Amino acid sequence: MFSEEIKKYNWDEAHEAIYAKTSRDVEHALSKKKCNLDDLMALLSPAAEAYLEQFATKSHNLTIQRFGKTMQLFAPIYLSNECLNVCTYCGFSFGNKIPRKTLSETEMKTEFEFLKAGKFEHVLLVTGEDAIHANPHYISNSITIARKYFADVSVEVQPLGEAEYSMFKDSGCDAVLVYQETYNPEVYKTYHLKGKKANYANRLDTPDRIGKAGITKIGLGVLLGLSDWRTDAFFLALHLNYLEKTYWQTRYSISFPRLRPAEGVEKVDHPVSDKQFVQLLCALRIFDHEVEMSLSTREPEYMRNNLISIGVTSMSAGSKTNPGGYSASPETLEQFEISDDRTPEQILDLIEKQGYEAVWKNWDKALTAH
Amino acid sequence: MKAQDELKIGDKIFSSRLFTGTGKFGSLSLMKESLLASGSQLVTVALKRVDVKKKDENILNFLSDSLFNLLPNTSGVRNAKEAIFAANVAREALVTNWLKLEIHPDPRYLMPDPIETLAAATELVKQGFIVLPYIHADPVLCKRLEDVGVAAVMPLGSPIGSNKGLKTIDFLEIIIEQSTVPVIVDAGIGMPSHAAQAMEMGADAVLVNTAIATAGNPVMMAQAFKEAVDAGRKAFLSGLPQSRTHAEASSPLTAFLNA
Repeated sequence: MFSEEIKKYNWDEAHEAIYAKTSRDVEHALSKKKCNLDDLMALLSPAAEAYLEQFATKSHNLTIQRFGKTMQLFAPIYLSNECLNVCTYCGFSFGNKIPRKTLSETEMKTEFEFLKAGKFEHVLLVTGEDAIHANPHYISNSITIARKYFADVSVEVQPLGEAEYSMFKDSGCDAVLVYQETYNPEVYKTYHLKGKKANYANRLDTPDRIGKAGITKIGLGVLLGLSDWRTDAFFLALHLNYLEKTYWQTRYSISFPRLRPAEGVEKVDHPVSDKQFVQLLCALRIFDHEVEMSLSTREPEYMRNNLISIGVTSMSAGSKTNPGGYSASPETLEQFEISDDRTPEQILDLIEKQGYEAVWKNWDKALTAH
Repeated sequence: MKAQDELKIGDKIFSSRLFTGTGKFGSLSLMKESLLASGSQLVTVALKRVDVKKKDENILNFLSDSLFNLLPNTSGVRNAKEAIFAANVAREALVTNWLKLEIHPDPRYLMPDPIETLAAATELVKQGFIVLPYIHADPVLCKRLEDVGVAAVMPLGSPIGSNKGLKTIDFLEIIIEQSTVPVIVDAGIGMPSHAAQAMEMGADAVLVNTAIATAGNPVMMAQAFKEAVDAGRKAFLSGLPQSRTHAEASSPLTAFLNA
C-alpha cells in the first residue's frame, strides 16, 4: 500500500531538496532521456523557472509523440451535491446552506440524453460524500444507466473499498478518480475538518484498492493552492510511480485543478501562478511520458487555449458543476465557479484551429466486456 | 512493381507493402490525404475510435474509399477473453473478418502479451478470423502462431510510437528466415530509412503510424515512406538473383574436377 511507501519520504526533506536544486541540476535533467524522481525535483524547483520555453518544447514534443495531435473531450455530470464532509474550500461542504440535490433515475437520464445529443461519449459522474443519498449502490446503478448512453464512464466519488470498486467494474465503470488534494498530512487536516474525508490515510490508500479491483484507469490529483505545489507535485509523482509499478496493467491520468473561489472560500493560501502551472505540467510530462493529463474548466480561457499544445491530453468542455445543470434550470449550487464557460462547439473550434483533432470517442465497452 | 511481386495475405492481394495506422493525425481529412499519399491499401483502425452509430465525422467515413482495406485492431484489451469479445464486435461493426490482434496489458510501453496473444489467436482462427498478431520479435512465438493458423505475423521493431527503428533486428532476421507466413514489421519505424532497412532484409511489409501522423508535413512524409518501402523492396528483390546465381556460378576452385 502507498501509505507504507510514502513513509520512506518526509515532506520537509523533500521540500528542502527541491528548493536546493540548481540550474545545473535542471540542465542535467533536461538532457536525460528518462528522468528519475531526483531529476523531477530539479524540474519542479525554483531554479527551473528560467527554462520554461525549453520545458514547453520538450513537453509538447513528448506529448505529440505519444498521443498525436489529438485532444480528448469529456463532460462531468454531477449526480449529487449532498455531502457530509466539512472541507473549507468546497462549495458542497456540509455546513454550507445551499439547496441540496441528488438526481433521480429519471433526472439523470435527462442529463445523459442532453449530453448524448451533443457529441460526448466520455463522461465523468461526480458526487459528494454521503452514505445515504449517493451510496455505492446508487453510484453503481448510475454507472449501469450511463453505460447505455456512453462509450466511457468514469466516476469521481468518495473513497470506497475494493468490493465496491469491483461492483463498479461489473457495472461498466472504466475509470475512478480520487484526488489526494494534498500529500502534506498536517496541512490536509486543516482543510478537511470533519466527515470521512478527514481520514488522510484512508484516502491515500484508495488508489491501491481501485487497482486491486482491476479498474482500467485511475485518476490522481492535487488541489493546487492548499500547500506548496512543488512538494505536492513531487509526492503526486511518487504516488504515480508506485502505482504504475504495482498495478502495471492500469492506465493513469493526473490532474491538478487550481483552487478557485467557491461558497465560503475567500483566499487561497498557496496561490500558483500561470507560469508555475505551466512549469508543473511540463515537469510531470518530462518525468512521465505516458500519463494522461486532464484539464478542467476551472482554468481560464486564455490558459486552456494555450495549454492544448503543451502537454494536456483531455479537456472538459461546457461543464456544469451542479446536479441537473445541463438539462434543468440551475437552481442548485455549483461546486466551483467555471472559468471557461465556452460551449463544446466553441472548444471544438479552438482545438481544430490549433491543428488538433478533437476525439470524442476513444474507448469502447466491448474492450472490457465480460 | 511487377505483378508477381504482389503480396498475398489471407484472401487479399496487395501491391503496396506499406500498411498504415490511422491514429494521432491532427484531423481526419489530413489523415485521409496522408493515407492516399502513402499508397497504402491496408489501414488499421482502433475499435475504440469507431462510433458506428454516429455517421458524421466518423473515422470510417474518411476511410470509405475502396482503396483502403480496413484492419480493425483490438487496442485497449488486456487479455485473450477481452480480445475475442472485441474482435467479434469489430467484425460486426466494420464488416470484415480481418483483425490486427493487439493485446498489450502494459499501458505504458504497450508491450504485447505473448501468452494471451497465442491463446486468442488460436480461438479467433477457429472463429474464422484472418488474424494478424502484433507481437514481440520472438521467433519461437512466430512459429507457434503460424501453427495455429495466423495469416501473417507482426513483430515489433521497437516499442510502439518510439520511432527508434529496428532495435530487434537480429531477431527479425531469424523470423524472416523461418516464417512461412508474411512478416510485417510493426512498431518503432520512425524514419523512411528504417522502413527501407526492414524491406531490404526481406520483410514482406511494414506498418507505420506515428512517424507519418506526427510529422511536420504528414502528407509528404507518407510519400517518403511509400518511396522508401518501394526502394527497400526493389533492393531486396534485386539481391535475390545474386544469391540464386551464386550456386550456379562458375567454380574456379573446383573446375579441375570437371576437366
